[in-house]
Amino acid sequence: MTATPIPLRKCLPQLVLGGVLSLVLVLGVAFLSARPMWQSLPEGTGLVRLSLTHSGVRNCRARTAQELADLPANMRDREVCERRRAPIRIEMDIDGQQVFATEAAPSGLAGSGPSRIYQRIELPTGPYHVTLRLADDPSVAGFAYEAGFDINLQAAQSIAIDFDAASDGFYLH
Amino acid sequence: MTHGPRALLRRGFDRSERLLDRTFGPDWNPLAQLGPLGWFLFWIVTVTGVYLFIFFDTGVTDAYASVAWLSRDHWWHAGVARSLHRYASDMMVLVMFTHLIREWAMDRYRGKRWFSWVTGVPVIWFVYLSGITGYWLVWDQLAQYVATTSSELLDSLGIFAEPIARNFLAPNLLSSRFFTLLVFLHIAIPLLLLLLMWVHIQRITEARTQPPRGLAIITLGALVVGALLMPAPLGAAADLDTVPAQVDMDWFLLSLYPVIESLPAGVIWTGVLGFTVLMVGLPWLPPARSGAPAQVFLDHCNGCARCVEDCPYAAITLVPRSDGLPFTHEVEVNPARCVSCGICMGACPSSTPFRRSGGLVTGIDLPDRSLAALRAEVIAAADSVSGRGTVLTLACAHGAATGPAPGRIVLPCVAMAPPSLVDYIISRGLADGVAVAGCAERDCHNRFGVKWTLDRFARLRDPYLRKRVPRERVLTIWAGPSETPQLVTQLAAFSARLAAMPAYENLRPLQPDEAAEADEAAAAMKATAQ
Repeated sequence: MTATPIPLRKCLPQLVLGGVLSLVLVLGVAFLSARPMWQSLPEGTGLVRLSLTHSGVRNCRARTAQELADLPANMRDREVCERRRAPIRIEMDIDGQQVFATEAAPSGLAGSGPSRIYQRIELPTGPYHVTLRLADDPSVAGFAYEAGFDINLQAAQSIAIDFDAASDGFYLH
Repeated sequence: MTHGPRALLRRGFDRSERLLDRTFGPDWNPLAQLGPLGWFLFWIVTVTGVYLFIFFDTGVTDAYASVAWLSRDHWWHAGVARSLHRYASDMMVLVMFTHLIREWAMDRYRGKRWFSWVTGVPVIWFVYLSGITGYWLVWDQLAQYVATTSSELLDSLGIFAEPIARNFLAPNLLSSRFFTLLVFLHIAIPLLLLLLMWVHIQRITEARTQPPRGLAIITLGALVVGALLMPAPLGAAADLDTVPAQVDMDWFLLSLYPVIESLPAGVIWTGVLGFTVLMVGLPWLPPARSGAPAQVFLDHCNGCARCVEDCPYAAITLVPRSDGLPFTHEVEVNPARCVSCGICMGACPSSTPFRRSGGLVTGIDLPDRSLAALRAEVIAAADSVSGRGTVLTLACAHGAATGPAPGRIVLPCVAMAPPSLVDYIISRGLADGVAVAGCAERDCHNRFGVKWTLDRFARLRDPYLRKRVPRERVLTIWAGPSETPQLVTQLAAFSARLAAMPAYENLRPLQPDEAAEADEAAAAMKATAQ
C-alpha cells in the first residue's frame, strides 16, 4: 500500500515555481544545444583531402614445368602469387614542397586487401600547384603514376583528390 | 561523513536537494527523481521521433528538404516535435551524468550495488550513439561536420573494407541508401538502449521508471515552452564541396567532437577504452565493506513474505519449505544482493523486542547487528539520558544524525527498527519519546527506508505500529547530512513537548530478567567488536 498522491490543484505553488525553474533549465539546455559555435576550420582556410584505395601488386612467379605437371589439368595456372599484396608508396607536394609521404600497408588480416590513404591538409586560401606520385610495385624503381593539378582554394572549400588506376590515376572530384 | 571530493560532492548535492525540496516539494524534487526523469525523457524522445519519422525522407537531398519543411512550414507541430526531440535528448545527457555523479557521491555504486552501476556504463555510450546518428539524419552543415569527423575516427580503426569517410568526399559519392542505413541505425541503437536501461534496473525492486505526475507535467511543459521560445536551429544544407567551418555545436551530445578533432585517433580510442574500463572497475576501486548478509531462522519464519516485499534490492525470495514445518514457503537470502540494510528485520512479524521466552531470535536477522543486540543497545542508550522529556533517537547512518549523541542509536536504515521497538521503548519507560531520524524525504539511501517506516507508522503496511502507542510521543524527522541544525532544533522542541506531558500511563517497566538478558547481549556484542 502507498500513500495517496496529493491532487494537483493543491500543488499550484510547486507547479508554478518548479515550472519556472525547469523552464530556465530547458532554455539553458537549448542555448548550449547550439551555442557557442565551434570553429572547426580557421577563417581564410580551405581543405584538400587526399583519399584513395588502391591495391599494390602481388608477388608472383612462373610455375616450373614440374610444378605444372604435378597439378590436375584444370588447376594449371602458369603463375603462382602470394596472397599478400605489396604496400603502396605515395608522395604529395604543394608548390614544390613535400607535404605528405607515406607507405600504406595492404589491409586485411592476410594483407590481401587494398591499401588505403586518407589525408586532410588545411591550407590558406589561394592558388596552389599540387603534385602527386604513387608507386604500387616495390620491384620497379620510381613511380608508376604521377599527376599535377593547379587549384585555387577558396575559404571553406573542400577539394578531394582521388585515384583510379583504370582512369590514368589521380583525379579531382 | 568522510572527507575528500566525494564528501564535498555529497554535501553539495544534499544542500541543492534541500533547496529544491522547498521549490518543488520533496515528492517532485528532480534531483531525487533522476532515474525516472531519464526514462521520461527517453519516452519523449521516442514519441517525438516516431512523429518526425512520418515526415522524414531518406534521400540525399530529400532528407534536408524534409527537415527544413517540418521546421519552417510546419513549425507549430512538427517543428515543435523536432525541438522537443533534440532538447529532451540533450536533457537526457544532463540527467544521466548528474545521476551518475550523484550515485557515486552517495556511495551507491559499489558493494552489492555494482550491477546497476556496471550496466549503466554502456547506457552512456548508447545515449551518445543514439544522438550522434540522429544528427547525421538532418543533413545540414552540423550533420556534415559530425558525419565527416565520425567517419574519419571510425576509419582509423581500419576494420572497414571501404573507408566510410570516402562517402563524404564529394556530392556524387553519397547515395540515398546511406540515409536508409542511418535511419535503421537511429532506430536500432535506441532500441538497444532501451534494452540496456531495462537491464540496468533489474536488481532493484519496484524500480521507478515514471516520475511523479506533477514533475512529469512540469518537465514536459517546460520543454514545450522552451521549444516554442527557442526552436532547434537548422543550419544551411550540407555541401560536400565545402567544409562546415563553423557549426552550431550541441555541447551535450557532441562535446567530444572538438576533442576528436584536436587529438590523434589513437589517443581518442585509448581514452574511450580507458574511461569505459575505469567506469566498469570503479565499484572495486576500492570495494565497499559491507556487513554479513541477513540470515534466516526457519524456526521463526512462516514464509509470510513481508521481508520479500520490503527488500529494496530483490535479495530475498520465497522458496518451497525445506524443514517440514506446516508452511508452504520459506524465505531465502541471496548473499550477492544483500546490502545488510536490515529492512527485512524490521519487516519480520517475529521481530518483537517484547519476546521473553528464550533468547530473542527473529525470522530474519543481521548477524552483525541482531535484534537482540539492537534491544540491548536501546536499553544501554536509555541509561545515557535522564530528566524530563527524555528522547531515544533511532537514527539512519546516512542522514543528519550520524554522529554519536546521548540516547542515539545509529542504524544502517531506520526501517531496520521494527515498529514494536518504538512501542517497547515507550511502554518500558526507556524514554519519554522516540525520534526516528532518517534520510531526507524521497532521498532514502536504501530506497524505501523512509517510505516503509512512514507506512508502518501510519498502519498502511505490515508490521503496523500498534494503536496503543501514543503518537504524540513519536517524532519522525527526515533530514539530509546538511540539515543537522534543523535536526537538533526539532529534537529539542520534541523533548520540551514531552517534558510538558503527563507521565505515560501504561508503563510496564523493564523486568530484571530482560535487563539481565540485555546486559548479556551487550557483553556479547562488545566481545564480538573486540
